[in-house]
Amino acid sequence: MSVILNSGEISRALRRISHEILEKNHGSSDLLLLGIPTRGALLSDRIRVVIEDIEKTPVLKGTLDITMYRDDLRLRPPRALMPTEIPTGGIDEKHVVLVDDVFFSGRTIRAALDAINELGRPKSVQLAVLIDRGHRELPIRADFVGKNIPTAKNESVRVHLSEIDEVDEVLIEGRLA
Amino acid sequence: MKNLLSIDDLTKDQALEILDTAVELSRLSDSSVRKFPTLRGRTVVNLFFEDSTRTRISFEAAAKRLSADVINFSAKGSSLSKGESLKDTALTLQAMGADAVVIRHPASGAAHQLARQEWTKGVVINAGDGTHEHPTQALLDSFTIRRNLRSDQGDLSGLTIAIVGDVLHSRVARSNVLLLQKLGAKVILVAPPTLLPVGVQQWGAQISYSLDDVLANVDAVMMLRVQRERMDDLFFPTEREYSRNFGLNLERINRLKKSAIVMHPGPMNRGLEISADSADSSRSVIVEQVANGVSVRMSVLYLLLGGATSRDLLMTSAGGI
Repeated sequence: MSVILNSGEISRALRRISHEILEKNHGSSDLLLLGIPTRGALLSDRIRVVIEDIEKTPVLKGTLDITMYRDDLRLRPPRALMPTEIPTGGIDEKHVVLVDDVFFSGRTIRAALDAINELGRPKSVQLAVLIDRGHRELPIRADFVGKNIPTAKNESVRVHLSEIDEVDEVLIEGRLA
Repeated sequence: MKNLLSIDDLTKDQALEILDTAVELSRLSDSSVRKFPTLRGRTVVNLFFEDSTRTRISFEAAAKRLSADVINFSAKGSSLSKGESLKDTALTLQAMGADAVVIRHPASGAAHQLARQEWTKGVVINAGDGTHEHPTQALLDSFTIRRNLRSDQGDLSGLTIAIVGDVLHSRVARSNVLLLQKLGAKVILVAPPTLLPVGVQQWGAQISYSLDDVLANVDAVMMLRVQRERMDDLFFPTEREYSRNFGLNLERINRLKKSAIVMHPGPMNRGLEISADSADSSRSVIVEQVANGVSVRMSVLYLLLGGATSRDLLMTSAGGI
């Protein structure tokens, strides 16, 4: 088990992603940060704080649980639902930025796109992830990436965030030393 | 959790999981999402041997919002009225590929029979069996109590709930006593002695013969329907006397705590166990109970059918050969 990002590196990556989001969207108006629970929602909130600090204006935020839209529901026991919170104005005509911790097969994001489709019609949907570990199974890519980490399929990437895991770090497990 | 036959089969954690899931589902249904793809391709059969409006419609709405296919099967107008047995009906449904059977039956234990004899490989959900149990009604009642008095959080400890009226014939009362106590609430059964079942002392609930005595101390009053269709004997002298002693009216509502709520599982006999003005009063959450019923039944269907079921495992192993 080795640490691939420490606390300082995580916050620098989030800071860079925040700037990139602002650059691509020409500011923060019409921006809606939508975190995928659990850790994507925490990362989304950290990005929001950075963007609000830069722009000095509040940014819309929300969370999106994708459990009901998963394509592997029948392969496992049912999972508990996580909160979905959409701002009162809805997502129509917003630039939605989905935020997740680890980008792997792309199936979570596929499910998220289905969920968004049910909620309304945003102007655009973008994707920000802290870690891109490769092994895509669907033609989906990220717009903003904290760090690309080439991995083997049998390894697993763990993101720990201080809000719930006490420390900020990204670990890789199952790698031969 | 494979079936939902009785509240007794649920642990406290499982019951809370059903309520918590229902909270998220009701929030989503409020925020414009009316339909989820989760149970696409699953078939839910509503097998109703007894008349019902809200339970059947509620299960149907819940299944449809999760994109399941729904087959409604009622005793009237089917081969059941020609004397087909429960077993043969179940085998027919099995052959048609039912993933879940929601059963209501006048005989206590019918849902258990269906599940235990393995006449169907699908999930069995008890939607009321005789005078035995009605677990989803109890779950939606606890959901409603928790929403109004505990802001959707935690269990029901510290609350006192009065269940008033025809406890003898009420599967709703039986399931509610089990679930409310499991969730930590104190239950008081209020009824004339003739409308309490034999052995009620073992239920663990307090018993009172006077509604007026308990009013000031309860957080919710749950009025039960006087089930005239199950009464083959005289259980109280006159309806007027019953209504005077055990009926809820505005004067009694005014003696409740300020925060207390009034519940009824429906259908109501207005003027008998509950007066029309108290059913429509601001303390009444009777209409809310119906709305919550859909969220709770979606939650039950999701938790029983949303993941891998034993039927799925059966199909994959058969496919592997």
